[in-house]
Amino acid sequence: MAATALERTERRKAWAFALPALLWTGFFFLVPFAYMAAISFWTRQGREIVATWTLDNYVAFFGKAHFFKGLVVSLEITATVTVISILLAYPLAWIIAERVPKKWQRVALIMAILPFWTSYVVRSYSWLLVLSKGGVVNQALLWLGIVAEPLELSANRTGTVIGFVHFFVMLLTLTIYANLIQLSPNYRRAAADLGANAFQTFWFVVLPLTLPGIMVGAFLTFVLCIGDYITPQILGGNNELVLPQVIMLQLGRRADFPMAAALSLVLMVVVTLAYIACARWLKMERT
Amino acid sequence: MRHLSTALAALYAGLIYLFIFLPVVVLVLFSFQDGSLPVPPLNGLTLRWYEAIFADGKLMAALGNSLLVAVISSAVACVLGFLAAYAFARYTLPASGLLRGLIVAPMTVSTLIIGLGLLSMLNISGLRLSLVTVGIGHVVINLPLCFAIIYASMGGHQVNIERAARDLGAKDWQVMLLVTAPMLLPSILAAFFLSVTFSWDEFIVAFLLSRFDVTLPVEIWSMLRSGLDPKTNAIGSIVFLISVAFLVVMEFTVFRKTGKSS
Repeated sequence: MAATALERTERRKAWAFALPALLWTGFFFLVPFAYMAAISFWTRQGREIVATWTLDNYVAFFGKAHFFKGLVVSLEITATVTVISILLAYPLAWIIAERVPKKWQRVALIMAILPFWTSYVVRSYSWLLVLSKGGVVNQALLWLGIVAEPLELSANRTGTVIGFVHFFVMLLTLTIYANLIQLSPNYRRAAADLGANAFQTFWFVVLPLTLPGIMVGAFLTFVLCIGDYITPQILGGNNELVLPQVIMLQLGRRADFPMAAALSLVLMVVVTLAYIACARWLKMERT
Repeated sequence: MRHLSTALAALYAGLIYLFIFLPVVVLVLFSFQDGSLPVPPLNGLTLRWYEAIFADGKLMAALGNSLLVAVISSAVACVLGFLAAYAFARYTLPASGLLRGLIVAPMTVSTLIIGLGLLSMLNISGLRLSLVTVGIGHVVINLPLCFAIIYASMGGHQVNIERAARDLGAKDWQVMLLVTAPMLLPSILAAFFLSVTFSWDEFIVAFLLSRFDVTLPVEIWSMLRSGLDPKTNAIGSIVFLISVAFLVVMEFTVFRKTGKSS
């Protein structure tokens, strides 16, 4: 049965409303992405990019130490940052949700994420001020006599990790708090009635129930941390590069788009694997 | 026992808040440094670094560019997101799940990849890099967000009001502009302000897709090459002030309104 005239005009209207967004995403996201995926199989010859269809770039990624090491360093830093951030943020979220009076919780939470809104580039620069040899931390430690020589806190992995942890403690406090505040007090009462002490209640009841909040935060931390260029570039120095820095290096000096594209796709595969690993908890959050 | 644990909790929270605020406090404090190095000791207070940034034509131009790109790209993202949300919420489209997935897909991809893809395509298209290309990239980043926020707030309870308007003789565009949009204003504004803050702060796409006219984060980035400089502190403090002011406005307009209506 053919659609009635009314149905046809309705459908035409629906397409007219949806098309601008679909075309924009298609033309400025999907097409560039497909093109980038294609050139990851091409090669740079001299100043030209030639459509050769080879796996050379991917072979180079696994074969050449400075490419592969970028991924290893990225994964190590991301894992460190995720774990430290969760360990620091969970108690703070718990204190805000449990110990701060209800009417002050919103203020406490807004305060905990206020520096979130300093500009991204400026935030890393601020940490450089704090951590540099003549910076506040080193000056304070020297003055207190805790150290005799200034510590090497920036231009190395320590600097990158501190800069990242600062950002993600704020993010995780938010996601974990949101989860904690939804818990019904009945769970805890039931656990107490059944004879659990405070620690058992936390470990066997509260913690598993807040796992979705932790996992959502951890996933966001992983994705944002592993794809970030700014923080390691400003705070990390030149001794070890993370994958996004290696990618940007291909673009800058060498204009090697095929290699940069291949490395970006590797980065994307890693993020997708992380998503699959966390999907169970990410879905639980939605229901 | 209870007192001890409260004291410990306060101590812990205090330390974490110190950690969270340390860089901001240092940034703002040393923007007033009377000397050329923004590290201790604090020699005295001066406003000369603020004078320097307001006299810096390149920096002020970048600030203007950032605002322009943020406002226009967010407006475009909101209009496209609103229209698409309207289409998916009010009509049945074939494969609508897949199409909605396409619209939100850029949210799942890192901005480095979005920027790199656009850059390699622009390279062969011959289109020059400019603030327009930065704006195009920012719409790609913000459209999924605007669509998701507005789509989520388009519930069934507005359908009857729209139907009533139609029965009273309103045309489609009148229903959309005079009935649906005002009802959804809180979420449209939330989407708009959120994308303005994202665009205002975005670096990678702005860095890859601009050449002569740059946005503020890119200009600050090039200032960093000269090392620690109280001038960078001053512009950083200004940016922080603008963002917080923006947040306060958002808190009082958008969130208060949604709070009242629900």
